[in-house]
Amino acid sequence: MDIESFLLVGAIIFFIGLFGALTKRNAIVVLMCIELMFNGVNITAVAISRFVLPAAIADGTGGALTDAAQLVLTGQVFSVFIITIAAAEVALGLAIVISLFRNRDTIFVSDANELKH
Amino acid sequence: MQLGAGTESTVIVDIVFWAIAVSSIIAALAVVFLKDVFRAALFLVVSLMGVAGMFILMRAEFLAVVQVLIYIGAISVLIIFAVVTTRDMDDGSPFNALRSPVLVIVGLLLAGVTFVVYSTDWNLIDTAVSTGTVTTAAAEEMVVVFENTVPGIAGLLLTNYVLAFEVASIVLLASVIGALALLRKR
Repeated sequence: MDIESFLLVGAIIFFIGLFGALTKRNAIVVLMCIELMFNGVNITAVAISRFVLPAAIADGTGGALTDAAQLVLTGQVFSVFIITIAAAEVALGLAIVISLFRNRDTIFVSDANELKH
Repeated sequence: MQLGAGTESTVIVDIVFWAIAVSSIIAALAVVFLKDVFRAALFLVVSLMGVAGMFILMRAEFLAVVQVLIYIGAISVLIIFAVVTTRDMDDGSPFNALRSPVLVIVGLLLAGVTFVVYSTDWNLIDTAVSTGTVTTAAAEEMVVVFENTVPGIAGLLLTNYVLAFEVASIVLLASVIGALALLRKR
């Protein structure tokens, strides 16, 4: 259990999500794959915050010692923001999917091509 | 140095880590490859649960709780609700024509990322402490931070990242209003 294993798992989950988001036709599955990508990024951010020494501590430029020590949690704070934005994104995305379903009677992204014609 | 109990790499911790990692990855593959959208949503929950387990292995207990509350409690319920609402067009979840080229590109990208991960010389906390690059006082402060992450996260959120914190609340408000406006009965 070292940093490389965590980063590798995060990358694998991210790329599975990327593959699904680019190739699936069902809009809900595309949204689920985007959630997978968010989770891969979250694993990476938390792993780096857990294992990598922040430069501010290494140089001693992080201010008072208690404040500097907090900087090891920066990755976790980033993850909090990613989860927040993911919640907002999925609420809006599903609202768009449901209104697409109401208006066009389809949830396939390939059928939502009104702007093409 | 131990960053709190339970983070030392023992055989049992390694087994738990790989069990969680493999089940999470298999569940993620199931999300992409299953035909039935409802089952894919359920496997998404399994994958998110695995990610929560990995957060605990990385001493991020607060994030693990947030993951279970928001992802598994709220987002997956929302997704399952949307699946059920749109169920009467039951065409499953097919692939589009780009399947093989995207698979090749994604595979190449994953290989590149793996190469970068294993060839980078990470400036690890543990090695810095054992070689004495950081002072003992700083190492002890980091142990305190990792033993109880909530005050640290709260402190950073309300000092260094307070602007992002406020912007995030405006984004949430905007998305609530947007979702209501999109789905309002006309």
